[in-house]
Amino acid sequence: MEFGLSESQQFLKDHARKFFAGECPMHEVRRIMGTDTAYDATLWSKMVAQGYTGITFPEEYGGVGFGKVELILLVEEAGRALLPGPFFSTVALAGSVLNAVAGTEQKKRYLAPICVGGARSAVAILEAGASWNLADVHIASANGKLTGEKLFVPDAAAADFIIVVARDGVFAVEAKAPGLAIRPMEAMDPTRKLYSVRLNSTPAEKIGDTGGLARAFDVAAAALVAEMVGGMQRTLDMTVEYAKTRKQFGKLIGMFQAVQHQCADMYLETESARSAAYYAAWALEENAPDAAVAVSIAKMYASDAARTVGNRGIQIHGGMGFTWENDLHLYYRRAKTSETAFGDSIFHRERIARLVIDGSAVSVQRA
Amino acid sequence: MDLNLTAEESVFRDELRAWLEVNVPKDWAEWREKPLEEAFPHMRAWQRKLHEDRWAAVSWPKEYGGRSATLMQQAIFWEEMARAEAPPMANALGLGLIGPTIIAYGSDAQKKRFIPKILSAEEIWCQGFSEPNAGSDLAGLQTEARLDGDDYVVNGQKVWTSFGIFGNWCELVVRTDPNVPKHKGLTVLLVDMSSPGVDVRPLRQMTGESEFCELFFRDVRVPAENVLGQVNDGWNVAVSTLMYERGSYGARLHLLFKRNIERLIALSRMIQRNGHPAADDPLIRQKLAQCFGEIEIMRWNQLRAFSRITSTGVPGPEGSILKIFWSELNQRVQQVAQEMLGPYGQLAGGDRHAVDNGVWSYGYLRTRGNTIEAGTSEVQRNIIGHFVLGLPRSY
Repeated sequence: MEFGLSESQQFLKDHARKFFAGECPMHEVRRIMGTDTAYDATLWSKMVAQGYTGITFPEEYGGVGFGKVELILLVEEAGRALLPGPFFSTVALAGSVLNAVAGTEQKKRYLAPICVGGARSAVAILEAGASWNLADVHIASANGKLTGEKLFVPDAAAADFIIVVARDGVFAVEAKAPGLAIRPMEAMDPTRKLYSVRLNSTPAEKIGDTGGLARAFDVAAAALVAEMVGGMQRTLDMTVEYAKTRKQFGKLIGMFQAVQHQCADMYLETESARSAAYYAAWALEENAPDAAVAVSIAKMYASDAARTVGNRGIQIHGGMGFTWENDLHLYYRRAKTSETAFGDSIFHRERIARLVIDGSAVSVQRA
Repeated sequence: MDLNLTAEESVFRDELRAWLEVNVPKDWAEWREKPLEEAFPHMRAWQRKLHEDRWAAVSWPKEYGGRSATLMQQAIFWEEMARAEAPPMANALGLGLIGPTIIAYGSDAQKKRFIPKILSAEEIWCQGFSEPNAGSDLAGLQTEARLDGDDYVVNGQKVWTSFGIFGNWCELVVRTDPNVPKHKGLTVLLVDMSSPGVDVRPLRQMTGESEFCELFFRDVRVPAENVLGQVNDGWNVAVSTLMYERGSYGARLHLLFKRNIERLIALSRMIQRNGHPAADDPLIRQKLAQCFGEIEIMRWNQLRAFSRITSTGVPGPEGSILKIFWSELNQRVQQVAQEMLGPYGQLAGGDRHAVDNGVWSYGYLRTRGNTIEAGTSEVQRNIIGHFVLGLPRSY
């Protein structure tokens, strides 16, 4: 049993860290988040050249063919860099949905362009009720067309096609399709913009049934937890660095236990969320019987921990932490978006309860 | 990353599992609830049996009677012991902490003299570390040892000594040089507890039981050949013992916690709350799910830490998150049990209305000690702050 990263996994992670540090430093994040869609074509093409958009998809569609662990290691580093734009939406989410529900022909049409850099995508799930339970989706197709409104759709304006989750299946809608209106929602995170997506008798191609969605969302949720871990790690690093340089009362504030113990808790929360993300990714990769529970445990823990780590980090930075120019609040904003995406801790605790209290047979795997 | 057992680990597990199936004492149910004095001879016999088939100290090197087990195999060992509901071994400290320290620092003569009897439970070991005025600040301890001819003469007091009343031998940390900085004047002595001048008194703790003792030393003569390691190098020897404590202690806890939460989930279906089963109460469901999840994370943290130790060779300060995590989690689990049980949560085992023979009432009180014993949560956070994150020392 080996819970450490393999040499090639560590290499991938280190390489991604260097790549994002070089190609997307914080001043670039700020520039890109100031654009309409937070999508930067130059940066995107460099990521495509690294194979990042095809990281976990089969080689027959132009992907790299790595597993879920490699996917989340890459996303963790993207999260650490606060990578703006549709990478998560396109690769971790839309790609996972296509991989799970689409047939060969449609994978060629939709997944292959994602892998080789020809297309970006977004997935429209929530409606006015903002429920992550698929049973609460109301929109359904009629004669190959969709009508209704989806909300909180990340990166919709940067997408070449939008995947719409409907009652009777999963559909692809071209960005230029008639009757499609994409409007920004003024949300907290400028690096991952949210949109309302209105469909009015909009032509849509069914790409699969909803049956495979739960597993695809679990993959996306595990990746999101890893992205949150990356953000937590960066927040922790910035905070420890600050505590080692800021002086008050003639001493480094990192000497004070009130500060030091908060840093220790940030470390504990970050490492624990990381353990959970890695385990969940491995369980998904192996199709372990506890994969769904593991994802919910990871998202439950990280949803609270990412917020708490952000709280502590801002607090320790004092007045500096409350300024626009300090980068902490950008991570804090992303953490809030991520906290609710795919269900917050309350949602996942209830999901765990259904699996382990109501469904008595489910027990997390033991060695 | 591969969390499947390797072929070697599977063989290890299967062999142990089969062995436990045959050998776990069938009569344990009869003595497990008895006071430690009555249970102890059974624990001794159980350890001897494990030792006969080389299962008593799997982590020890083969040449000392162990199996040179990897950390993962050690984790498997404790999980299988918990799964089989095997009784604890009598010489827990000798096997887990003191034996490994003697193997690391002892002379050949000391190893030959002490190791076999630690394994066979013929000699039970205790630890004389903490003092009334030296708890977290262990290096400030005052028990002194003065060289007089071929003997050290020991005077002082120790406290929180587990297994004190059964102890035949003690790993004792003493001050041998009061004139140097506090960490540099300490020495570890191996002390025969039957020496004249040793007085052992049970210490009653807030649960009402006496897991621990106070030790008093008055002019106790200890042969100089019983110094473990070098004179005045006792801090390093003692710290090495404490590292074993932090490294291995958490491994066996996961399945015990897991059993607790599974029992609480079962109870939640039976206990009524606001006219419905507690299992249907949204708040109780949230709390049980949180505990369930964190108990899994505790295991994943452990496995990750073990992998890191395996690749770097030594237990590192990262172990501190394990201690904070399990001890604070255990308290939260007990609190959830109390909330669910309501007034029944306070009933002790003797009461005819008690739930689960009073384990929840006992557990609520006992877990207060978890964040204090084996390094307080505050000390653990200092360790993370200074040694892991590189913040300046706060004390």
